[in-house]
Amino acid sequence: MPFFLYALFFLFIPAGNVIAGAFKSLTGGFTFQNVQDLFKTQYLDAYKTSIEVSLVTAILGGALGMAIAYAALREGTPRWVRSGLTTFSGVAANFGGIPLAFAFIATLGTIGVVTQFLQNVFGINLYGSPIDFTLFSKTGVELAYLYFQIPLMILVIAPAIDGLRREWREAASNLGASSWQFWRHVGLPILMPSILGATILLFGNSFAAYATAYGLTAGGVNLVPIQIGNYYTGDVLSNPHLAQALAFGMFVVLAGMMLLYIPLQRRASRWAK
Amino acid sequence: MRKRIAPSAVVWLLVGAGYFFIPLLATLLFSLRKTSTGHCCSLSAYGYIVHDPQFWSTLRLSFQLSLETIAICLILFVPTIYWVHLRLPRLRPVIAFFALIPFVVPPIVLVVGLLDFYKGSPQWYYGSPYGFLATAYVILAFPYMFFSLDAGFRAIDVHTLTEASQSLGASWPTTMFRVILPNIRVAALGGAFLTLAIVMGEFTMASLAAFHTFPTYIQYINETKAYPAAAVSLMSFGITWLAMLMLLFVGRGRPGRIQIAGGH
Repeated sequence: MPFFLYALFFLFIPAGNVIAGAFKSLTGGFTFQNVQDLFKTQYLDAYKTSIEVSLVTAILGGALGMAIAYAALREGTPRWVRSGLTTFSGVAANFGGIPLAFAFIATLGTIGVVTQFLQNVFGINLYGSPIDFTLFSKTGVELAYLYFQIPLMILVIAPAIDGLRREWREAASNLGASSWQFWRHVGLPILMPSILGATILLFGNSFAAYATAYGLTAGGVNLVPIQIGNYYTGDVLSNPHLAQALAFGMFVVLAGMMLLYIPLQRRASRWAK
Repeated sequence: MRKRIAPSAVVWLLVGAGYFFIPLLATLLFSLRKTSTGHCCSLSAYGYIVHDPQFWSTLRLSFQLSLETIAICLILFVPTIYWVHLRLPRLRPVIAFFALIPFVVPPIVLVVGLLDFYKGSPQWYYGSPYGFLATAYVILAFPYMFFSLDAGFRAIDVHTLTEASQSLGASWPTTMFRVILPNIRVAALGGAFLTLAIVMGEFTMASLAAFHTFPTYIQYINETKAYPAAAVSLMSFGITWLAMLMLLFVGRGRPGRIQIAGGH
């Protein structure tokens, strides 16, 4: 079947090539040197920063997305809020990359609209002490990533929240449970696999992101994808196999995430109607 | 008894709305500043963009690439998924598993492998966006196309339709084009609009392979011209909006699976 040939040539062989290339020396022999080089400070730091940014945006994005999704889906909120939120999340989760980076520069950059507004109206200088904020840093990247992480969480978790049946809540309150007790003993335990699964998805989404961070900092923040990009756009690394080793490292982290994700997904579907 | 909206819900929804609308509003205000003075309000930033021939040429390239990607995807995936639903249902989980692989091999990793593996391949492929980039974009679009088409095929009775068509004497091509395709039109269109949104916004691969597409043009403007950059960023957002609205529009009345395109 042509499809399998296509997948072989443009997905499996290149992916295999990255793995094989990571263990190749400059002369073509087999070596562990490239993978060992990953543990040099510069690259180890890149992995640390990448993982930190992904963890922060996955957890914060997950918590905020969960709160907003629940606010929109709970009883009492008008229906149009809910459909509006899903539509908007679908678009915002796709609004990544270079334009998103620029939207944040126009908002919170040194001459951004909000930066100037705070300065002129409240006399708060974001870029001076004691705040010393800068958008072109790890914090800035995290802020921008949250812009697509929160809507992604909303999209992924909404069906699970919908699956919390009203009868469960009513049964709990008939038995005298408070709202807190309901969440502690019924709501959260049921949602937990979905929440964890969605958080892993968010982690991967942020770990693999390149364009937004590049657009924001022009390669200034030390993330793994940025390091790989630097090799191709700026020739910073001299050994092509090092780029492959960096990519291989990403692959290992993401494959690990996937191994965690699949069983969680299976558990989460247990309560599906 | 109808409950009133809870106060905490209002707070959370306002926080969410603020987070999402403030950057857009700021970009809009930013784009209306006058290039020479930096004060409001002028359309000069937009004027700069629409008079830049590079804007039109990169936009055209990205649009052509998305059409090419959509065409390859449909030619490749429609017959495959049709055949799998008709004859080889056991293969379905295998392909569904394939569709998860791009999650583990994100664009930045895939492009490293592609660039290395196809180094030294003919120039008409390696040196041309219509060759190299288009084939890579098919892989990026694959999960979204697959889930969209798969849902479409699951909603129709492939067996009955095929048998009815064949017993009336139709050939395979006739069955495909006159019976199957019209029935999965909505799913195919949905997949096509998602692919359009992905390709029009894809930066990582184009940048690493040194092709000049619409997103790399936006990045170039970002680095050189502040106010026109806001204008072109808004236009790009408009394209995403349009593609997603069309997706919702064609998918009306169908319990839609929400899809998320990658490429951040």
